[in-house]
Amino acid sequence: MRPDPADPFDLSPRRVHEAEGRGRRAFALFQAARHPGPLVWILPAHVPELPMLRGLPRGVGERLHLFRPVGETDLLWCVEEALRAAPISLVIAEPEKPLSLTAGRRLQLAAEAGHTTGLVLIRQDAGSNATETRWKCEPAASAAADSTLHQWDLNKNKQGTCGRWILNWNGAAAAVDMVSEARQRHEPADTAR
Amino acid sequence: MALADARAICPDLATRPADLAREAAALASLRRWASRYAPMVATDGVDGLMADISGVPHLFGGEADLRDDLQAQLERAGLHAASAIAGTRGAAHALARHGGGIVADGRLAEGIGHLPVTALRVDPDTAEALMRVGLSRIADLIHLPRAPLARRFGQGLVLRLDQALGAQPEPVAAEPDPPHFGVRMTLPEPIGQQSDVMAGLARLLDRLCAKLAATHMGARRVRLELRRVDRGTAQVEIGLARPMRDPARIAALFAKGVDKIDSGFGIDALRLTATVTEALAPEQIGGRPAIRHEDALADLLSSVGNRIGFDRVLRLLPATSLIPERSFLLAPAAYSTPEPSPHRTGLKRPITLFPPEPVTAASGTPPASFRWRRMRFTTLRATGPERITPEWWFDDPAWRSGLRDYWRIETQEGPRLWLFVTPQAQSWNGPEAQDWYVQGEFA
Repeated sequence: MRPDPADPFDLSPRRVHEAEGRGRRAFALFQAARHPGPLVWILPAHVPELPMLRGLPRGVGERLHLFRPVGETDLLWCVEEALRAAPISLVIAEPEKPLSLTAGRRLQLAAEAGHTTGLVLIRQDAGSNATETRWKCEPAASAAADSTLHQWDLNKNKQGTCGRWILNWNGAAAAVDMVSEARQRHEPADTAR
Repeated sequence: MALADARAICPDLATRPADLAREAAALASLRRWASRYAPMVATDGVDGLMADISGVPHLFGGEADLRDDLQAQLERAGLHAASAIAGTRGAAHALARHGGGIVADGRLAEGIGHLPVTALRVDPDTAEALMRVGLSRIADLIHLPRAPLARRFGQGLVLRLDQALGAQPEPVAAEPDPPHFGVRMTLPEPIGQQSDVMAGLARLLDRLCAKLAATHMGARRVRLELRRVDRGTAQVEIGLARPMRDPARIAALFAKGVDKIDSGFGIDALRLTATVTEALAPEQIGGRPAIRHEDALADLLSSVGNRIGFDRVLRLLPATSLIPERSFLLAPAAYSTPEPSPHRTGLKRPITLFPPEPVTAASGTPPASFRWRRMRFTTLRATGPERITPEWWFDDPAWRSGLRDYWRIETQEGPRLWLFVTPQAQSWNGPEAQDWYVQGEFA
């Protein structure tokens, strides 16, 4: 199924997706704001970066559960268990090591069993082949003072096309403003009448 | 006697402050023990027990033998106690505090007549007034006309007198025992298979949950003790994310722990205890989808908590502090309820927060360029400063450097960072230079 051109950022449900890059946590929170229902964020106990409640998008803070397991095995077990739980709408996980194909496939099966969407925040080039889509998210500098630009590239998509979007997301709402790409003009401009 | 007087008489006197809570606990356990003499045993003040032994003495061979047995048992336990048996509660109370003994049936007035009026449980003012008019013993009161007595000394004295003499009923009000949430099962033949243990556990859980349901309680921690034939014991303890009394869902959490047990030569006794319980009102079962979702979420939190620890299953709660680190709490999800997050007012806050990391090669205020995490950043736009002063009533080592000026720095490279500078602290680069730190990253 091709992603709807009107809303290319809908993660397909019951699958596990991946996001990498500096802006992956912002992407995860953007997706969290779009998924109604309980959220689970699984990050290793030694990771110092914590989500800050007052900076989260509207309505995300009270739905968020934070699991902080010690060790990679426990982390993957937590991800699988959370994906299998039906009421959870989105599971965000930050594994330390690259996922093996077996682990990635297990997570896909768990997501299908639990009707849950998963989003794995990976390090650079640490993705698994079993993933449904892979996003590369980078914050971008903006010329205007009141816009926070992001560049989100869809690098891998098993059921659709890839793409690249530059958009303005203010970090609070579930909607984004697309920014048209500056490009070379190939056709002549309309003359003013 | 005052402590100073006692010390003057006996300089080596060892004294200890009274521990009322532990004394009450000791009295409560003594009350439980005393139920071997009577079905109804109540505490009587802070230093006494009152038992209703109607219909009991013949089991011990008579009232005198019962009292001797009680005294001997207490003596053996190292307790010095005085006891009395009388036809009414008031008379037994009075006699036990003035020598003890047994008052025969129908001879109450003679039995307690020689006791002073203070034994009647009247307040000290009444007792003093009685002494002043020369009525010092109970026998002096018994024959007086009641109406003038009540008018002069109050209704309370007459009531106490009537209760002691049996004219007014006064039952022994034994408080109910707190329910005990434990069940056990002994087996004629030892078992060793995991499925057998789970089957035994299922039977015990049914009984335990029925007990919990009868008292409208739910278990928070459940412990299973297994006794092996060689007198060894094994334990499995689980926690629950919220009070629960559903046997099937609790049994599922035991599966992992039971799997690890070494049964040795076999297990011949099981014991299941709900060590921590909380009130749980009856609720509609199998109702709306919202209830089922809550149940499923609680099951997830229970199973994850039992594996990685309940202190690692967290929830973000808002806190009233302007200090970034203390503006939210990480609370165990099993022991807290979600709270709506505060309205976003004032300046923007980052989405991730971490302990401050120093930047190097910072130039200017705000820095036009700096290095952080081995990357070079050039400032595109800086918003600030926002001055946050430390909370002086907490001694936080991280905030000993004084107040902080926070800046939101948008960099040419993309990341939007939350930097701060400590104007009150002495820099390591010289007296006029400043130390900059990164503490968060914006969306």
